Amino acid sequence: MAGHTRGSGRPNQWLRNLNAKLASIPMILTAVVIFLGGTIWTVVYSFTNSKLLPRLSFVGLDQYERLWAAPRWLMSVQNLAIYGLLSLIFSLAIGFLLAALMDQKIRFENTFRTIMLYPFALSFIVTGLVWQWLLNPEYGIQSVVRSLGWTSFAFDPLYNANIVIYGILIAALWQGTGLVMCLMLAGLRGIDEDIWKAARVDGIPMWKTYVFVIIPMMRGVFITTLVIIASGIVKVYDLVVAQTSGGPGIASEVPAKYVYDYMFQAQNLGQGFAASTMMLITVAIIIVPWAYLEFGGGRKRA
Amino acid sequence: MPEIAAFNAIAAGIEPEAEKVQARATLAGPRGRKPRRALSGRNIMVYGTLIVVALYYLLPLYVMVMTSLKGMPEIRLGNIFAPPLEITFEPWVKAWSSACTGLNCDGLSRGFWNSVRITVPSTLVSIAIASINGYALANWRFKGADLFFTILIVGAFIPYQVMIYPIVIVLREIGLYGSLTGLIIVHTIFGMPILTLLFRNYFAGLPEELFKAARVDGAGFWTIYFRIMLPMSMPIFVVAMILQVTGIWNDFLFGVVFTRPEYYPMTVQLNNIVNSVQGVKEYNVNMAATILTGAVPLFVYFVSGRLFVRGIAAGAVKG
Repeated sequence: MAGHTRGSGRPNQWLRNLNAKLASIPMILTAVVIFLGGTIWTVVYSFTNSKLLPRLSFVGLDQYERLWAAPRWLMSVQNLAIYGLLSLIFSLAIGFLLAALMDQKIRFENTFRTIMLYPFALSFIVTGLVWQWLLNPEYGIQSVVRSLGWTSFAFDPLYNANIVIYGILIAALWQGTGLVMCLMLAGLRGIDEDIWKAARVDGIPMWKTYVFVIIPMMRGVFITTLVIIASGIVKVYDLVVAQTSGGPGIASEVPAKYVYDYMFQAQNLGQGFAASTMMLITVAIIIVPWAYLEFGGGRKRA
Repeated sequence: MPEIAAFNAIAAGIEPEAEKVQARATLAGPRGRKPRRALSGRNIMVYGTLIVVALYYLLPLYVMVMTSLKGMPEIRLGNIFAPPLEITFEPWVKAWSSACTGLNCDGLSRGFWNSVRITVPSTLVSIAIASINGYALANWRFKGADLFFTILIVGAFIPYQVMIYPIVIVLREIGLYGSLTGLIIVHTIFGMPILTLLFRNYFAGLPEELFKAARVDGAGFWTIYFRIMLPMSMPIFVVAMILQVTGIWNDFLFGVVFTRPEYYPMTVQLNNIVNSVQGVKEYNVNMAATILTGAVPLFVYFVSGRLFVRGIAAGAVKG
């Protein structure tokens, strides 16, 4: 960190460093008005019975009671839990396995990486629409397998309420695992080559070295990746809109979509605020322990 | 700052890859065990798996292109993996110039130009503001600056849904709700945490002597920024540009919340074209439209290569 407080001997506290202060006005406004103020505003209004317009008539926890009694919200939360858990497990596992493969001093590494990472450049809308087409039961994968002779083959996740969330998961993994692979590969490359040599000298098989030596050493990378994936999961919205629009029925609804629909379509702001506050709490549950674990206690790095 | 550490770790890990690989290769040189045959069992497994995985990743792109080049009768009869018997570019023409969303039938071109009109100014404004912020934070710290910066970074983790409505109200009050300017402001706001972090770290890493020498020579805040920092920092500006262009082009939520239908960006219009319920579904037109929307970020990705990896490693922190 290069910056020190400069020119500390000069008079007039407020005018000192004036240009820097003026230049920071957008940042200060964003931080204080939008991020801090906006969040507080939403939380406060989640305790009101605002409908079409925000109104300050408090009704206590009414909105939350209604929220947790709504089948659509419960379905959203359940979907998010399934999707979140599986997408964490699979993206970490697949990402790490791919990174380990890429770390075998292979040729064409750049080509493979380019291929695995390109879906990440695409938007969730594009991803969702492509997979909607691939999973189309009439023309997609299901029909191709059937035309090969396996006529009872059934794979139509987007039209089956019980498994629709897995159809979304497939698309999400296709889009996001390349990034996890890149992060993991960066972690693997950060590990001292001598560790590998020592393990080889001791005759430890490669998979054991990975499981008992390398993965514990990569704890930091794993946690960072975990936080990145997790905070992305909570926000999942576009993908669902593009792939299923929440259907069939309400089978693939997610919290972020609940918030949007109640705020901008159902004209029920109070519900939207309450739901978005729940999203905020979820993120806090993920972020706060992580921040505490990594940087908590004293300000070691300050 | 948690994210800074994370970012640094990621960036540090990704950058010197090439050298490390080389270092390994030289170390492994003649002293290692005897060279393996090219077709060892291990190699077959490693390359076999990687090739299968690569095919899996490429499959959707392949299907998109193939579907977009077929006519509808062929799609109804054939299978999606088969290459077209008769190549037609009609779906592309239709997707670009006459596909319908609701009553409008002027194709995706409108969304494309809207996206251009959103992405270009948003990228420029957000980078200008964030780079100056980062510069002030790195070189001209004032009392309280770190507090605001911490709020900004923590704010990057707050779900957008929590802050959307207050922003709608603010924009409505100043009369910009629904306009392109309003959306540009929103992109600038939400791009600020990650970009400020990026620039702050970069400027803080430049030799301090430069800054001091310029100060001794009498240069002020803006002179140092424009004459010294800006010319020295082109790589990080390119990284920030990649990050913003792809991020803003791919945005859907802000586009749908903060603009009127005539200003809808390409992603929103694409979704409306493909997922509209009325009419016969034209899968070839849909796929052509999808490729057209994905083309800009894909182009940025393939052209920028390694810089893109750096950009998303930084952007991933955004979550």
